[in-house]
Amino acid sequence: MARIAGIDLPKNKRTVIGLTSIFGIGKSTSEKIIEKLGIDPNKKISNLTDDEVNHIRTEITNTIKVEGALKSEVQMNIKRLMDTGTYRGKRHRKGLPARGQRTRTNSRTRKGKRKTVAGKKKAAAKK
Amino acid sequence: MARSLKKGAHIDFNLLNKVETLNSQNQKKVVKTWARACTIIPEFIGHTFAVHNGNKFIPVFVSENMVGHKLGEFAHTRTFRAHSGSKKDEKGGR
Repeated sequence: MARIAGIDLPKNKRTVIGLTSIFGIGKSTSEKIIEKLGIDPNKKISNLTDDEVNHIRTEITNTIKVEGALKSEVQMNIKRLMDTGTYRGKRHRKGLPARGQRTRTNSRTRKGKRKTVAGKKKAAAKK
Repeated sequence: MARSLKKGAHIDFNLLNKVETLNSQNQKKVVKTWARACTIIPEFIGHTFAVHNGNKFIPVFVSENMVGHKLGEFAHTRTFRAHSGSKKDEKGGR
């Protein structure tokens, strides 16, 4: 079983696709790595030799930041924004979109599920 | 869209001149400015700017983490007071 950067790669997938299950590797990075090492991208992960797996592993650890290190870097960047008191940091703290999107509607990804605020407009409803 | 690299970062030259005279005299003074779009460059570190937010001047002390941001990012222009029904919810954040 090919285990790279603390992640078990899916056995039944092609190598290019399988590598993308590592956080920090997308399709283009994956293609680059495989081309550099001269591995057939169509080869299934389960058919990789130990040698090839080791090559991929050393290539990844030497060239790019993946998984935990990358995640903590992202967190650090956000924390820096919050600590210096930028507008973006403020938006992160509030859990609202940070890049100027509208919040009157949408932006449910950041805001989470709708929390309905009870309206107190009884008087108007009565007429 | 990002700014063209050819032009370099936008710096308000009046502000830069003021900071440079302060630097050459080794002085620290609060510099009042409306130039919110001015990028913070390493020369600004350690100075305090009074950045206009449309209403008041907000004091911004520049530390090295702030280099590369704009002055306006540190002087917020909107005040959010909690919505009427939800008193408890909104108090957590600022």
